[in-house]
Amino acid sequence: MLPWLPENISTYGGDIDYLFKLIFWITAIVFLAVQVTLVWFLIKYRAQPGRKAIYTHGNSLLEIGWTIAPSLILVFLAVLSRSTWDKVKAEIPPVDVTVQVHSKQFNWDIVYPGPDKMFGTEDDLTLENELNVPVHKVVKLELFSNDVIHSFFVPVLRFKQDTMPGRQIDGWFEATKTGVYEIPCAELCGFGHSGMLGHLEVRSAQDYASWVAERWSK
Amino acid sequence: MSEAAVAHGHEEHHHGGFVSTYVFSMDHKMIGKQFLLLSLFMMIIGGILALMVRWQLAYPETAVPGMAWVPEPYLYDGIIPPETYNMLFTMHATIMVFFVIIPILVGAFGNFLIPLMIGARDMAFPLLNMLSFWIAAFAGVLMLSSVFVEGGAAAGGWTAYAPLSANPVYTGVGLGQDMWIVAIVVLGISSLMGSINYITTIINLRAPGMTMFRLPLVIWSLFITAILLLLALPELTAAVVMLLFDRRFGTSFFLPEGGGEPILWQHLFWFFGHPEVYILVLPGMGVASEIISVFSRKPIFGYRAMAMAMIAIAFLGWVVWGHHMFQSGMNPTLGMAFMTTTMVIAVPSAIKTFNWLGTLWGGSITFKPPMLYALAFVSMFVIGGLSGIYMAATPVDIFIHDTYFIVGHIHYVVFGGSVFAIFAAISYWFPKMYGKMMNETLSKIHFFGTLIFFNITFFPMHIIGVGGHMRRIYNPTQYEFLLPLQHWNVIMTIGAIGLGLFQIVFAINFFWSMWFGEDAPQNPWNANTLEWEAPTPPPHGNFLEIPTVYRGPYEYSVPGEKEDWLPQAQPVAATAH
Repeated sequence: MLPWLPENISTYGGDIDYLFKLIFWITAIVFLAVQVTLVWFLIKYRAQPGRKAIYTHGNSLLEIGWTIAPSLILVFLAVLSRSTWDKVKAEIPPVDVTVQVHSKQFNWDIVYPGPDKMFGTEDDLTLENELNVPVHKVVKLELFSNDVIHSFFVPVLRFKQDTMPGRQIDGWFEATKTGVYEIPCAELCGFGHSGMLGHLEVRSAQDYASWVAERWSK
Repeated sequence: MSEAAVAHGHEEHHHGGFVSTYVFSMDHKMIGKQFLLLSLFMMIIGGILALMVRWQLAYPETAVPGMAWVPEPYLYDGIIPPETYNMLFTMHATIMVFFVIIPILVGAFGNFLIPLMIGARDMAFPLLNMLSFWIAAFAGVLMLSSVFVEGGAAAGGWTAYAPLSANPVYTGVGLGQDMWIVAIVVLGISSLMGSINYITTIINLRAPGMTMFRLPLVIWSLFITAILLLLALPELTAAVVMLLFDRRFGTSFFLPEGGGEPILWQHLFWFFGHPEVYILVLPGMGVASEIISVFSRKPIFGYRAMAMAMIAIAFLGWVVWGHHMFQSGMNPTLGMAFMTTTMVIAVPSAIKTFNWLGTLWGGSITFKPPMLYALAFVSMFVIGGLSGIYMAATPVDIFIHDTYFIVGHIHYVVFGGSVFAIFAAISYWFPKMYGKMMNETLSKIHFFGTLIFFNITFFPMHIIGVGGHMRRIYNPTQYEFLLPLQHWNVIMTIGAIGLGLFQIVFAINFFWSMWFGEDAPQNPWNANTLEWEAPTPPPHGNFLEIPTVYRGPYEYSVPGEKEDWLPQAQPVAATAH
């Protein structure tokens, strides 16, 4: 399963992947243990002439044991998950760049505030499906929807946030590598849901500065 | 007394004629069989819809074989357009969840088994029972008819998220989505009638000596499921009626432009939706317990723990719904709350799995088809349950929400779990239902083919989900990052076709055996539970004489007994001192 995870270019992606791998190993071990035990019992206790089944209604100690053990593992996973969840969804670190995403059937309208860093002013710039950000900077996304629920999904950032009409939902990320990456929509939004696709362009500091200069040169 | 009962039964039978025996029967056994046949028909339709989805995913925008005759705008020379694609997976899921799994496990087996296994002559309310079937059938007609209206069938997913489903302009689907809503409401009425019947019957009509803790676990599971349905369905009904009002009567429950709140729909839907998935699996767990005990010739390991675990699942099922909404934009603190409850609900399912293993331990196991299916239930359900842990961890869910990982999980618990339990139940109780044995060889061929192709079809979903492959997309090749995964889509489609083909074996076995199968003995499995005390097949009124229950249902291989089984209704031997 693990080799199929896309590359991670996000500062918190490592935390998410760590949890994923931990759960993978725990579930893989439990899976093997249960399936092997099942098959072993089926072979060992298959009906054989002369052998009668063992008459027992259960074992309280075992019940307690196999109640406590899974509970401990699961509580442990919940506790571990908490800090990553808070980091990604509940807290936003000091922001370098803010961008608005207005999702609609079937495009991402990306709104840049421009040099005045304020939205709703003349120097705002709207680009369809193109999110330009500098590398190694905290980017805050203000997510909106013009119509139905969409979901802004950037696999390589381990970022996913549903957008909701009537509401502003904030998210953040810090990209660690330059490049161009896809932004699919991850919530059924109508007949154009498939193919609703944006591109994230993570630029080096220099490259980003040139892009800004070029875009707002007028 | 007994002769009079039999004579009365015969009289009733002859009085009725075809219509009251086979059409408007008030006999729970006939109603159960009606539910079974209706649902098997719906399963074929649901399966074909899935095959079409799989075709499109493997070979996007190519003509589906054999579908060139379907007129526009549904298909274009056999090619599925995006609008139709959204209808396909919406109706596939809707039909499978509402018109296959619930009607078979709850409608068919709940009806057939409850009176027989508790020692009653019929349900508490036979007329209500008859109505519950015909209302369900009517709901099915409504749901299928929705395909043929202008704008086509519902296309917002079986989850029908607002605002997509709340305003026809967003999907282009008009009457079809309204009919979906009405069909769900009508079906809900049928289920509520059934629940009232089952709960009343189990509480009031148990035979002498049948205490609650001597009830077979399948009856426990149906009892608990009936209570869940009773509580969950009215809430769903309210939610979909609100949706209908938004669509047609100018309200704004879920439409932000009128002051409404889209996320409210999600809360309302999933508050029903989560108990619903336990409704789908609990009867399967009950069936597995029955069959594993019988074919291990051992008491079920931890009977009370098993019953308590089902009750725990039912209770906890009400407080986990937010795990479907982790990424919805709801307050992140709720994410923590629901993660905790979701992790907790894994525990009772784990307990049940260990108890099934404990039942097998030290047993004397025979591998008849019911046992094969029941073992597959346990094995596949474990996979489905374990994959659930990934989603329960909210940070991991950020990535896998709305990917095929979820679709894989769903199918391992609902197909690997519930559907295998359905095959187990059918092959186990077929002799009692139809007085014939199913062909064992055909059953085994069906079993192995289904198990193998099921895994080929659904296991790779976890793989592509981890790769980020989204759900409900029409053409994966539109995404560069998904191109390396596309061969898995082809593999899964081939698996799905194989899976579909093997179901033909089941259909042949089922129908051929019904008429031409070997005559079934009264108790082909040497099982202890009360349904085997009744003649095969049972007449109206079920038992010549109402049995008295002397012990629990799983007294197998009791030391000192000559046989390795000891029926619930067998009197305690007088001890000679």
